[in-house]
Amino acid sequence: MSETGDALSEQTRLLIAVRDRRDRQAFAALFAHYAPRLKAMLRRGGMANAQAEEVVQEAMLAVWRKAAQFDPARASASAWIYRIARNRQIDMFRREGRPVPDELAEELAHDPDAADALALDQETRRLRDALGALPPAQREMIERAYLGELSHGEIAAVTGLPLGTIKSRIRLALTRLRHELKDLRRP
Amino acid sequence: MTHDVTHHIPEPMLADYAAGRLGHAFSVATAAHVSLCDECRARLAAHEAAGGAVLETLPPEPVSDELMARVMARLDDPAAAPPEPPRPSGIYPGPVMAALGGRPPRWRSMGAGIRQAMLHAGPDGSLRLLYIPPGRAVPDHGHKGRELTLVLQGAFHDETGRFGVGDVEYADESLEHTPVADEGAPCICLAATDAPLRFRGLIPRALQPIFRI
Ligand SMILES: [Zn+2]
Repeated sequence: MSETGDALSEQTRLLIAVRDRRDRQAFAALFAHYAPRLKAMLRRGGMANAQAEEVVQEAMLAVWRKAAQFDPARASASAWIYRIARNRQIDMFRREGRPVPDELAEELAHDPDAADALALDQETRRLRDALGALPPAQREMIERAYLGELSHGEIAAVTGLPLGTIKSRIRLALTRLRHELKDLRRP
Repeated sequence: MTHDVTHHIPEPMLADYAAGRLGHAFSVATAAHVSLCDECRARLAAHEAAGGAVLETLPPEPVSDELMARVMARLDDPAAAPPEPPRPSGIYPGPVMAALGGRPPRWRSMGAGIRQAMLHAGPDGSLRLLYIPPGRAVPDHGHKGRELTLVLQGAFHDETGRFGVGDVEYADESLEHTPVADEGAPCICLAATDAPLRFRGLIPRALQPIFRI
């Protein structure tokens, strides 16, 4: 439950419970948290109500089915679910489906080192704080980009790159992630 | 699989891929490059972290009452599971295999030993594989829109640098260049565009519709 201490975020722990124990109660809790947020995201992206709920349904089902691939050392629950939802959304609405990168070698998928997961979780929290600390206008632009309302090119054209703090945050997250990925390289 | 990649996906394109805003042709090239490049895999993960952070802070919009029950009831329904994405094969990463429909490329000669295989042509752009014999130049061309070229085998060089396996060259309207395949293995590239190319040499403009370029 701690959002500030040295424990994993509640959502990440719920997703691990779904992954490791196929815990339906944990899944229901994840659904209660993410379904309304995913719907809000899709609606902001211009989707009609019924369509948005259809995507939410498919996205949450994919969360359940693909939970085995969740690695908290490489993605927070929110980042992973964001990706899953985008994948399902495009699979449903684009004839060709969504091209997704090849997974890294499977035997490396479950990193037992909890410290890495914790560090990533903290980085994610800092990223969220940085987002919250932005001036409203800039924050709005970032939101519009990741909600799919505007392309990053369009945003750059309007504002001349307002991404300052967020970019440095992304870079930090990046350093962290890149470090992770080095250990994950195939032999 | 990792390579000594030195040329990467431009930041706005990677962010648009994360947000689901990138057209199909560029998405295939982006996902294929990420399959070969740890650097961009990390950068993409960082964009997804940002997307997740936005998702997390969004004011929730209530979903209809029966939605959760509907999802819970379908959790273990195997019939509802979407197919797994294709696996990589040879020099082709999974996303390229998917674009190939799981089959080897159907090459067509463009003359001078150069071949191409169209993978996708739509309103948002086109995607093709190019086969360039060692030492051969790709016809000099400029771009109406943007072009992303990913090397899958061999290497090429042009006015801007050298591109080996895993490297991408990003070109916009301002770049006029003449890519030349290195000596050694034939160069095989994945090329995505969001506009038709304007070829200068080799193939007369009138023939371009026939080759779908
Ligand atoms: Zn890269």
